[in-house]
Amino acid sequence: MRVMSEEILKISNIHVSVGETEIIKGLSLTINKGEVHAIMGRNGSGKSTLANVLMGHPAYQITSGEITYYNQPLEELEVYERARAGMFLSFQYPSVLPGVKVGTFLKKSIEAVRGEPVKQKDFRNQLKAAMALLDMDRSFLSRYVNDGFSGGEKKRLEILQLVLLQPSLAILDEADSGLDIDALKIVSKGINQVVPQAGCIVITHYQRLLEHVKADCVHVMIDGKIVKSGGPDLAHKLEDQGYDWLEVDA
Amino acid sequence: MSDEARDIVGDYRYGFHDEENSTIRFDNGLSEQVVRDISAIKNEPEWMTDIRVKAYHHFVEREMPKWGNPEVLKNIDFEAITYFLRSTNATKDDWKDVPEDIQNTFDKVGLREAEGRWLGGITAQYDSEAVYHSIREDLESQGVIFLDMDSGLREHPELVKKYFGKVVPHSDNKFAALNTAVWSGGSFLYIPKGVHVEMPVQAYFRINAENMGQFERTLILADEGSSVHYIEGCTAPSYASTALHSAVVELIAMDGAKIRYSTIQNWSNNVLNLVTKRAHAMKNSTVEWIDSNIGSGLTMKYPAILLKGEGSHAEVVSVAYAGKDQHQDTGAKVHHLAANTTSNIISKSISKDGGRSTYRGMLQVMPKAHNCRSKIVCDALMLDPDSRSDTYPTMEIGNSSADLEHEASVSKVSGDQLFYLMSRGFNEQEAMGLIVNGFFEPFTRELPSDYAVEMNKLLNIKMEGSIG
Repeated sequence: MRVMSEEILKISNIHVSVGETEIIKGLSLTINKGEVHAIMGRNGSGKSTLANVLMGHPAYQITSGEITYYNQPLEELEVYERARAGMFLSFQYPSVLPGVKVGTFLKKSIEAVRGEPVKQKDFRNQLKAAMALLDMDRSFLSRYVNDGFSGGEKKRLEILQLVLLQPSLAILDEADSGLDIDALKIVSKGINQVVPQAGCIVITHYQRLLEHVKADCVHVMIDGKIVKSGGPDLAHKLEDQGYDWLEVDA
Repeated sequence: MSDEARDIVGDYRYGFHDEENSTIRFDNGLSEQVVRDISAIKNEPEWMTDIRVKAYHHFVEREMPKWGNPEVLKNIDFEAITYFLRSTNATKDDWKDVPEDIQNTFDKVGLREAEGRWLGGITAQYDSEAVYHSIREDLESQGVIFLDMDSGLREHPELVKKYFGKVVPHSDNKFAALNTAVWSGGSFLYIPKGVHVEMPVQAYFRINAENMGQFERTLILADEGSSVHYIEGCTAPSYASTALHSAVVELIAMDGAKIRYSTIQNWSNNVLNLVTKRAHAMKNSTVEWIDSNIGSGLTMKYPAILLKGEGSHAEVVSVAYAGKDQHQDTGAKVHHLAANTTSNIISKSISKDGGRSTYRGMLQVMPKAHNCRSKIVCDALMLDPDSRSDTYPTMEIGNSSADLEHEASVSKVSGDQLFYLMSRGFNEQEAMGLIVNGFFEPFTRELPSDYAVEMNKLLNIKMEGSIG
C-alpha cells in the first residue's frame, strides 16, 4: 500500500480529433508514480490515438479538456521537450531509419534526452547491462535502426530504449503484439525494470502481457471512452468474454 | 559579422580569408600571352608550353557544354578571373617556413592535425600553387613519388610527358581545354610496382583571393600490383563575386593496381566547380571514386572510369548536397571496354531550401566486352517541396551477355520518421541531421573514420538555421 502518491499524469475529459473526425470523446485518467495502467480495447477504439496524443503527434488536435504532466499543461511542450521531460512512447510501428546505426542512435538519444554528453565508457556499461537484461546480441548495435528488423526485434529495440532512457512516464503501445512467449517475458522484464520509478500506460489487446507485468488498473476503451475500469480481474474477464458485454453500457 | 557578410557566408564555416599577400598576381583576363606567361614563370619545357597554347586555342573555339547549367555557364566572365597568383616563392617542407596566416588557414581547415595523425603525405595548395608539401620517409624510400604537379613536371618530365593529357585530352570539353591551358599546381603521384601505400595521402586545395581561378592538374599512376588512397579536400572564402575552380584529374591503374580517390568538396557558394575526372583501369585493376559535393554554387562533375583491361572493376560512390543557391550536377560514367569487367555506381543526393541536384550518368558496354556486370543505384532525398532533383541515366549496351541492375528512388523525409526521432529527444533540426547522415552513410562508411565524423558534422551544420 502506497502512503504517498506522486501524480505524474492527469488527463481531464479530453476530446481529440484528426481533421474533422473525433476519435477520443471524453477521457479522463490519472497516473501516479509506480502505477501501471493497462488500456484494453478493440482496434479502432482510440488506444493508439491516446498514446500519440500524449507524445504530441502533430496530426491530432485536442479540441477540449486538458492534460497535465507533473501539474504542468502538456500542450505547451513540443514532442522533443516531452521526451526531455521524461516521457517515452514505445511505438506500435517504430520507424525505419536507413543508415542510422542502433549504437549511434541510442547514444545520441540518451544525450538528447539528458541534455548533456554521455561518456563513452558509461554508455557502454549501461548498454551492456540493458542488453543483457533483454537478452540482445551486440550485433544489434551495428545494424540500422529497424531496417530489416523482424516484428519481435523492433519491439525489443523499443524496450531497450525504454530501459536506457529511464522515463518518468512510459507509454507502451502494443509492446507485446506479435511476440512469442519467450520474447514476451523478456519485454516484460524491461517494463518491470522501469515501473518502480515511473508511471506506466500499457496498451494491449491481450491479457497475457499482464501475467508478467502487474497492472494496478485495467481500463477498457470503447469508441473513444473508458467504459470500465477495474483490477487485473477485468483483463481476465475480457479474455474470456470479449468486449460485447461492455458495449451495452457504452 | 555584418548582416551582409552573414548573408554571403550563411552556415559555411570556411568562408574566412587571409589578407592577400601575393608575390605575383596576374591581371584578370585570359589571352595566349597569359598562357605563355604562366608557362614562362614556371620555366617549363617547350613541349608543355606548346600543349598549353594549343589547348588555349581549343578553349576559345570550343562551345560551352549544353548540359548541366547552361544559364550559369553562359554568364561566366572569363575576363573577370585571375589565372595565376603566387603566394610564396617556393613550396616548403616545413610549416615554419610558410607565412603565418597561411599556416593558420590550414590549421583551421584541419589539415595540419590530420597530417600528424594519419596521412602518409600532404600537399597544401593555396590559390595557384602548393605552399607546403610533405611525404613520409618510408614511402619515399619505397620509391613513391608524391609531389605537387609543378615539381612533378620539373623532376620527372619523362613520366609527365608520357601520361599528361592521355586520359583527359584537352579536346574533351571546354573546361578541360581551359585547365590544360592554364593549369597550375595539383598532385603528381606515382606508386611503384607492388607497393601498397597504407596511409592515405592528401591534397588540400584552398582558394584565398577574390575572383580567383584555380586550375590544378592531378596525375596519379599506380604501377602494377600497387595500391593507394588519395584524398582531396577543398574550401574557399565566401565572396560576393565568382571564383572558378576547374581541375583535371587523370588516373591510371596498371594491371592489378588499386586506386581509391576520395573527395570532400566544400567550396563556398560563389565557386563554380567545373571539373573533369577520369581513370583508365587496366587488367584486373580497381578504380574507386568516392566523391562528395557539399559546397559550390554550381558543380558539374562526372568522375569516369574506362575499364580497359579484362577483369577490371569500377566503383563510384558519390553524394551531393544541394542547398540554397546550389546546383549539384554530378554523376558517374563507366565504360566497359573489356570482357569480365564489373562496376558499381551508388549516387545519393539531397536537395534542400530550393537547391537542385542532378544525377547524370553514363553506362556503356562495348559490343566485344562480354560478361560484364554493373549495378547502378540512384537515391534522391528531398527535404522540402521547393527543391528539385532530376535523374538522367544513359545506358548504351552493346551485347546481350551484360548483367545490369538499375535502381532509382526519390524520397522525402516522412512525418512518422520525424515524430519517432522527436519522441526520442531530438529537435527537428537534430532529427533531420540524423536522417541526412544516415542517408549518406553508404558514402561516409567508405571514408577514414575522422573524415566520416567531419563529413557528418558538415551535414549537421547544413541542417541548421533554415528549419522553422
